[in-house]
Amino acid sequence: MSKKPVQFRLNGAERAVFVEGGQNLLDTIRRGLGDTSPKWGCGQGTCGACTVLIDGQPHLACLTLAEAVEGREISTNAGLGANGLHPLQQAFMDHFAAQCGFCTSGMLMAAKALLDRNPNPTRDEVIEAISGNICRCTGYEPIIDAILDAAKRRAA
Amino acid sequence: MYSFDYVKPSSLQDALDAISGGGQPLGGGQTLIPTLKQRLAMPEALVDLTGIAELKGVSMSGDKLSVGGATRHADVAASAEVKAKIPALAALAGQIGDPQVRNRGTIGGSIANNDPAACYPSAVLALGATVRTDKREIAADDYFQGLFTTALEEGEVVVGVDFPVPEKAAYQKFVQPASRFALTGVFVAKFAGGVRVAVTGASQDGVFRWSEAEAALSSNFSADAVPAAPVADGMIGDIHGTPEYRAHLVQVMTKRAVAAAG
Repeated sequence: MSKKPVQFRLNGAERAVFVEGGQNLLDTIRRGLGDTSPKWGCGQGTCGACTVLIDGQPHLACLTLAEAVEGREISTNAGLGANGLHPLQQAFMDHFAAQCGFCTSGMLMAAKALLDRNPNPTRDEVIEAISGNICRCTGYEPIIDAILDAAKRRAA
Repeated sequence: MYSFDYVKPSSLQDALDAISGGGQPLGGGQTLIPTLKQRLAMPEALVDLTGIAELKGVSMSGDKLSVGGATRHADVAASAEVKAKIPALAALAGQIGDPQVRNRGTIGGSIANNDPAACYPSAVLALGATVRTDKREIAADDYFQGLFTTALEEGEVVVGVDFPVPEKAAYQKFVQPASRFALTGVFVAKFAGGVRVAVTGASQDGVFRWSEAEAALSSNFSADAVPAAPVADGMIGDIHGTPEYRAHLVQVMTKRAVAAAG
């Protein structure tokens, strides 16, 4: 089966890439375009480590076909920190919200989608926003604290 | 992943042509893509239905609330029309899975798959909705036919779901906290002609109507009127809960749903 061209914006830059039929967006971003910030965890849509934003909304890159995002705007954690640490990234550091770090990229993108939509979330809204992202190290509390603190800092 | 063709038609007719040529309809892919990854299915082509405008969105059609088959859960949850007409349906859609799932998953995909622990089948059945396909209209009571089984024929596409507007309704879900599927979920809907109660997540046969509760609630719509828990025979037993536990949850979640409906 022949490869097909796909074009979309990745962290603000126009990108074009050839994909195999059925290739998912995660593979396309990581191997095709060299941005390894979205992580390959379960590959089954369970863990959330591959979370990227498509037109500002969180999606699982491992369950999204590359050909389905033609013309869309994709944001990853690499773009989040392109001009110095984002307030969320800084807050995650300050609150020790990462241990092994594997879930962190996905957590940050899910959190960014929340704060962009709702700059002053409640604790329950933060918990709901990261409900699709599994962390096996922190017990979640430092992550929730960090997201709430980042919201406060952005408001300040 | 194995290699397959992908097409994203913008008209239903083009989609149906591609499907009759052997393509597999694709909604949001939140179940289908993992299924392909596990090689439990290996279609040669996927036909993405989410680019078809007539399959998307919410509108009133006569006295029914019509939801297009390719409408995402996030869009149903956020729809002012759904919140105004059937707030319980908007609330249900807003509790499906997690934000990532709701941003891709579609109502047509959910009810075509008919997972025994999915949320949407309970709303479709309790509200007595009509499933509209490219070929016909199917009453909810005829549509759900057991575990991952529906009245849909091979290649038949869910174009939309038409929901009668109830006097009152509520959905209460006991969440399986990891998957966020319903460990048991109950949708209660009160109409002028009576009450319908549909249960998901509990039975080995998938979503079902709890007729004893419907009879009791039709004469007295209060949580106290909910009958004793149904028998545990035929309920799902797994690491998350025994059949007895789920049978108990059916009663508890029905009471909560009646109380929430007010």
